Amino acid sequence: MSVSEFFAMGGYAFFVWGSYGVTAAFILIELLLVMNKKRSLLHSIFRAAKLNRE
Amino acid sequence: MKIFTKAYWLQWSSPKTFYPTAGKMIPWFMISGLILTIIGLYYSFFVAPTDYQQGESYRIMFIHVPAAWMSMWLYFVMCIYASIGLIWRTRLSDMMAGAIAPTGAIFTFIALWTGSLWGKPTWGTYWVWDARLTSELILLFLYFGFIALRAAIDDPQRAARASALLALVGVINLPIIYFSVKWWNTLHQGASISIDSAPTMAATMFTAMLLMTFAFWMYSIGIALMRVRNEILEKEKNASWVQELLRDGK
Repeated sequence: MSVSEFFAMGGYAFFVWGSYGVTAAFILIELLLVMNKKRSLLHSIFRAAKLNRE
Repeated sequence: MKIFTKAYWLQWSSPKTFYPTAGKMIPWFMISGLILTIIGLYYSFFVAPTDYQQGESYRIMFIHVPAAWMSMWLYFVMCIYASIGLIWRTRLSDMMAGAIAPTGAIFTFIALWTGSLWGKPTWGTYWVWDARLTSELILLFLYFGFIALRAAIDDPQRAARASALLALVGVINLPIIYFSVKWWNTLHQGASISIDSAPTMAATMFTAMLLMTFAFWMYSIGIALMRVRNEILEKEKNASWVQELLRDGK
């Protein structure tokens, strides 16, 4: 099986890659959002702690 | 025995002790999820044979079925946490329910999306108001309702109670989804895997599906723990233990 044959998925490329692509995208976006949230939370807690000490 | 002590169980119910415990667990779930995904994808595309009826389009199954299973399983687990919170008023249980909901909604959407893209080449339509599809769509709305209700009420205790009740009322939808293909004459096919009979598919296909299911499962636990840690930080940001934790750079 060649690489182009593999990506063609026997003519079902749109359906197969549309499924796997959207799934991967959702999972990656979810991970990024949760990690971003943590970063901004830590940032704001740090800032508040600093203000308290000053 | 450690598990018979109160201190052991406390670490699972108090945000302060659960925060570091969850932090240690996350990498294990995420790494095993990643490894299972790699093996699962290898099986899905290179080991499982081409279907003699559907050709390559059936490979959508390897994410469609695991995502659909996870969508129902996560709702069930969310309800368990919601009811524990309802009975014992433990804050962490409500936080866990809230942390699971977005991931459950995502898997429900993925199940619907991949089902739609699988339906077009096999049934000739992206969508049909079939019992299985409709009840799965209702599951998505139940997740949305749970998330929205929990966010809309300011008092955390009332928010927890109201959203837990909504989740518990919605649990009736789970057997409806599961048995819909038996109860109604649906376009959606019946279960290929069930408790009371052997799987009606090639062993390698079954293996690929199981691998992807466990991959999604490990990922769900990992991401829910990450989200619950965020919520603990947010709610306890003024607590001294959070300040100490940050000072120690953890």
